[in-house]
Amino acid sequence: MNASLVKLGKPRVAVHKFSSCDGCQLAFLNLGEDLLALAERVELVHFAEAGPLDPDTEVDIAFVEGSVSTPQDLERIQHIRQHSRMLIAIGACATSGGIQALRNNTDGTDWVAQIYAHPEAIASLAHSTPISSHVKVDFELWGCPVSGPQIVAVVNSLLLGVAPHDNVDKVCTECKRRNLTCVMVSHGVACMGPVTRAGCGALCPSLGRDCYGCYGPAENANTDALAAQFGHLGLTPQDIVRRFQSINSQAPVFLAAAEKMRQRDE
Amino acid sequence: MFSGHEPAGFLPLALLDTLVAALMAQGYECQGPAVENGAIVMRELAETDVLPRGLQAEQAPGHYRLTQDPLNRYFAWANGPQAIKPQVFAPKESMWRVERDEAGALQFAAVLPEMPKQAIIGVRACDLAALALQDAHFLRDGRRDAHYAQRREQLFLVAVQCAVPASTCFCASTGDGPTPTTGYDISLAELAEGFVVVASSGKGEAVLSALNLLPATSQQIDAAQQQGQAAAASQTRSLPSRNLLEALMSQLEHPRWDEVAARCLACGNCTAVCPTCFCHAEGDEPSLDGHSSEHGRIWDSCFSESHGHLHGFNVRPDIRSRYRQWLIHKLATWHEQYGRSGCIGCGRCIAWCPVGIDLTEEVSALTASEAQL
Repeated sequence: MNASLVKLGKPRVAVHKFSSCDGCQLAFLNLGEDLLALAERVELVHFAEAGPLDPDTEVDIAFVEGSVSTPQDLERIQHIRQHSRMLIAIGACATSGGIQALRNNTDGTDWVAQIYAHPEAIASLAHSTPISSHVKVDFELWGCPVSGPQIVAVVNSLLLGVAPHDNVDKVCTECKRRNLTCVMVSHGVACMGPVTRAGCGALCPSLGRDCYGCYGPAENANTDALAAQFGHLGLTPQDIVRRFQSINSQAPVFLAAAEKMRQRDE
Repeated sequence: MFSGHEPAGFLPLALLDTLVAALMAQGYECQGPAVENGAIVMRELAETDVLPRGLQAEQAPGHYRLTQDPLNRYFAWANGPQAIKPQVFAPKESMWRVERDEAGALQFAAVLPEMPKQAIIGVRACDLAALALQDAHFLRDGRRDAHYAQRREQLFLVAVQCAVPASTCFCASTGDGPTPTTGYDISLAELAEGFVVVASSGKGEAVLSALNLLPATSQQIDAAQQQGQAAAASQTRSLPSRNLLEALMSQLEHPRWDEVAARCLACGNCTAVCPTCFCHAEGDEPSLDGHSSEHGRIWDSCFSESHGHLHGFNVRPDIRSRYRQWLIHKLATWHEQYGRSGCIGCGRCIAWCPVGIDLTEEVSALTASEAQL
């Protein structure tokens, strides 16, 4: 990626929201003192949740939260791409379509009819898709939601003129560095950590819980071996499908793992 | 140890807490066994803490459960996911900092850990053998690692003989246990009525003399010896005790590597719990204000993608090459580096592998054709 922002002085930054819960934008707002330091180094020109509104302006870096889920989203993402030197997708919605992409495997219009009194007022696309399905994305930050330290590390790298570090390791690496006991081995629970990207700091295992894969697939994710072990731990094929069909259901590696299990079940 | 040739004291069961108190009185922070999230872990002990009693660690490939010890002993659990390694080779630590001063010049400063005198209670013979290997790596002549050394120098090690090895243990076959023979300050062997205690360092003797123990009887010493022999005989897994360099290096294209790669998650848990694995990665964390940066290191693993990065390509892109690298380094090329195998038979990589890959089984499959010759 072109990481020559270092020459820009104070880069102009926008934070855009698509179909999402706003949780990734909170990773900025929850930075505390770091947010003040960040505001010294970049010019936040558009960030609706924080105040500044200028969605159409030219920027050096656009952070994009959320998936493309409505006809308006389709147009808006093109417009943003044309007005941004660098586009960074943040969070599970923007990188894989998010939890709302569960509708991709079913007939979403049925759900809309069940929930809304006037379903005809809802304009949504049949599929929820990641930003990279529509425009060139310069860097993806996975996570549901992304964390403050991830945001800071990306901004820092760009300010220093280096490519941001893409952490593709498994959650297990962070779990062991925290000296946590493996919940899969000591409790026999179906932990997604061995196939899931690091970045959360092994939050769920630190609370004695199994990882549910909210950071998406890690590199070399051996989903076949993990699915087989889930079976040994007593999960049914449907249970195993659900483990892979959650926050990042449309991430290709998790989607393929679920499809394989479904076919085996039939 | 417990040979009858060295002075051995006897610490009655009810007085175990006086050992902890004596260590604290001599200025040691004490780390000891505690139950956390279903496993025995080493945690800092407060003066009022009571050591867990009556627990065994049932272990099998990919499986660890605490169960009741019918004899209600203090140290009937074989081991937990970690023992000494995180205390000396920290999972994450800062190496140096750099700051920009008012004139704009960069000022570098080393960051060294501040480590109190620390006693670890309940380390096993395998852990001591692993520590000796970590010493060989981190304290090599001419390449002494200051961070490791700082932590290592502060350690006081209270070893215990393993009376109840787990099914995953094979230290007898690697020659590293189950009775501690070297590398400890004090060593305990737990009998029904108390502990046979020996010291093997000046600081160990200083703590022991503060306890004012009666000498152990020859029957107690015999019982401790027999207990060690019985524990060794009870181990069912083993590794060949010979140098496997040739045997494994001649099997680089064995189909077994594909089979194990199909099962392996490349999660790196085996390397994290292995008490001899020493790989780490270094990186920088610049502050957001742009005025300072911290250079640190974190545990890395030969199962991670970046571990195999060379300029322009990756030498270990797939799981097969990563598992092969780990096993061959640990059991074969380690001999060339450090004069022995890197495996001390603790079995952690077997128990804590989420899918239960057993290296002793892999080695017998890989060397099976050779054995037939």
